[in-house]
Amino acid sequence: MKRFLYIIFFVFWPIYAWSLIEVDITRGNLNPLPIAVSPLSIDEESRKKFEQILNKKNIGSEISVIVEKNLKTSGLFNPLDKDAFLQAPDIANLKPRFEDWNLIKAQALITGKVNLIDEKMRVEFRLWDILAGKEMMALAFTTVPTNWRRVGHIITDKVYERLTGEKGYFDTRIIYVAEDGPKTKRIKKLAIMDQDGENNKFLTLGNELVLTPRFNPTSQMVTYLSYFRNLPRVYLLDIETGMQEVVGDFPGMTFAPRFSPNGKKIIMSFAKDGNSDIYTMDLENRVVEKITNHPSIDTSPSYSPDGKYICFNSDRSGYQQIYIMKSDGTNVKRISFGKGLYGTPVWSPRGDLIAFTKLHKGKFYIGVMRIDGSGERLLTENFYQEAPSWSPNGRVLIFYRETKTDDKGEGFSAKLWSIDLTGYNERLVNTPTDASDPSWSSLLSN
Amino acid sequence: MKLNKILKNAFLVVLACLALSACATSKKSSGQMQGDVYTGTDTVEYLASGVPDRVFFATNESVLTTASRETLRKQAAWLRKNSKVTIVLEGHADERGTREYNLALGERRANAAKDYLMTYGISSDRISVLSYGKERPVDSGSNPLAWSKNRRSVTVKAN
Repeated sequence: MKRFLYIIFFVFWPIYAWSLIEVDITRGNLNPLPIAVSPLSIDEESRKKFEQILNKKNIGSEISVIVEKNLKTSGLFNPLDKDAFLQAPDIANLKPRFEDWNLIKAQALITGKVNLIDEKMRVEFRLWDILAGKEMMALAFTTVPTNWRRVGHIITDKVYERLTGEKGYFDTRIIYVAEDGPKTKRIKKLAIMDQDGENNKFLTLGNELVLTPRFNPTSQMVTYLSYFRNLPRVYLLDIETGMQEVVGDFPGMTFAPRFSPNGKKIIMSFAKDGNSDIYTMDLENRVVEKITNHPSIDTSPSYSPDGKYICFNSDRSGYQQIYIMKSDGTNVKRISFGKGLYGTPVWSPRGDLIAFTKLHKGKFYIGVMRIDGSGERLLTENFYQEAPSWSPNGRVLIFYRETKTDDKGEGFSAKLWSIDLTGYNERLVNTPTDASDPSWSSLLSN
Repeated sequence: MKLNKILKNAFLVVLACLALSACATSKKSSGQMQGDVYTGTDTVEYLASGVPDRVFFATNESVLTTASRETLRKQAAWLRKNSKVTIVLEGHADERGTREYNLALGERRANAAKDYLMTYGISSDRISVLSYGKERPVDSGSNPLAWSKNRRSVTVKAN
C-alpha cells in the first residue's frame, strides 16, 4: 500500500466558504442530489501519452465515470446524463455557465483537468454549487498514472466529505473469500479488490480452506483462518510481500481472529478440549493472554475503537447472545435480549453501535444495536446472511448472503451485499466469483 | 346420549392416532428423523462390518443420543481390537448458523464423541479432533432432513 502514498494534496479552500449545499446522510435519502460530473478535460498531448501508458482512450472520461458510479452507489447522489451537458469540459472547469447547468436541473457540478507532467498524473478538480453560483472546493494532486482508478475514488471521497460533512469510503478495498465448486466440496481462496469490485486479485491458490479474513488498521496486513495441513489455525498475511505466518503456537484450533484497534494484538478464539474461549496474542512480544474462562462457547470477539472494551458471542445463557466486557475480560455483561439468536457482533468505527447477525424463526437478519443493547434495528431479512463489516466511516455495512438450494440440492450461491445504516440502499457488490466473509479496509489515502 | 359422546370421543381418538401415525410414517419415509436428529443410514459409511462411522446431533446440540452412544461403543470395541489404528473425529454443523459459532459447535460435537470413546478405554493419544463447522456438508440441500445429516461427528481412520 505504501507505494501509493506519494499522492500530494494542494488544498485551496475558498476563504468565505459558508455552508452551501448539504446532504443529510442520517436518513434514508429518497431524493438523491442531482449532480453533474463533467469529464476531466485533457490536452491532446497528455491524452495520447496516457493512451500509450494505460491503454485507455480518454483517461479524463474514464476517471469521471468512476466518480459517477461511486456517487450513484452511495444512494445520496443522482449523477445526470452526460449527453445533456451543454458546456465543454475545459471551459466548464474554468468558469461554468451556471444557467446552463441549472437548465438540466443539476444542483452540484464537478469539473476538472488531468495532464501528464514528468511521467506523473496531475489532477485538479472543482466542486460547484449551481444554485448559489459558487465554487465550493478546489483540489489538485499528483500521482503515478497507474493509480488512475484511485484518483476517481479520492475525488469522490473529497466531494462526499464536502457535501455530507463526513469522511468518504471510496478509496478503500475489500478482502473476502472467493468461492467456487459444489457446496459439499467448496474451494475457497482469499481475494482482494477495490471497493467497487475492480482490480480483483486472488491471494491464495485454493489448496486449503480459508475463512474470515480481516484487515489490520493500516490495511496492509490480514488475519484469517487457514486449514493448511488440516490444522485450522489463525494466520497473518502481509498483502504486499505475500508473507504468511501462523499466529502463536496453540495445541488446537484457533479461529475468529481480529486485530486490536492499534494493530498490535490479535484477538481470537482457541478451542481446548471442545471448549472455545477468547485469547489475545501480542504480535511484538508474542505474549498470549486468556481473556474469557467459561465452559460455554465464547467467540467472534471485536474491540471497541478505543480498545477498552470487547464485544463477543457466547452461548453461556444456553443460546448464542451478544456480550460486552472490559478488554481484560472483567465486567462481562449480556446486551442482546430480543427474541432469537444473535451472532457476529462487530463494533462500529464510530464507537456507538454494534452490528450483528440475528437468527429468528428461520430467517437471518443483519442489524445494529447501541452498545448497551438498546435501540435494536434490523436492516435486512433473508434466508441466510451474516458477517457484517463496517465501512470506515461507519455509514455502510457489507455482508454476505447465501441462497437456498432447490430440491436437488442445486442452485447454491453466495454473494456480497451492502446496505446503508439507514436500512436503505441495499446493493449487490460485484465479484468475479461467488464470495463470502467480506472485510472493509480503512481509508487508504489518509 | 352418553354412549354417543363416548363413541364420539373414541372416534376422535382414533382420528388423532391415524393422524399421528400418518405423521410418523411420512417422517420416516421422507428420511428417518427422530425429533430433528437423523436416524437413517443414507450417508453412513462403515469402519468395519456393523461399525457405523458417524453420529448425529439435534440442532444447536452436542449431546449424544442413545443411538449415538451405541454407535460409539461399537467403534470403541473395534478400536480396542485394532489397537494400532488412530482416528480423527471430524465435527460438523448445518448451514443454519454463523460461521464462527459453527466452528466452535463442530469442535464441541467431535469432543463429545471423543470423551465417550475415552470412557470406553480408547486412549486420547489415538484420537485427534478436527472441526469443519459448516464448511463440509454431506448433503447440499436446504431442508430439515439435509441439515440433520450434516449435524454430525465422523470417525475417520488416520493411518
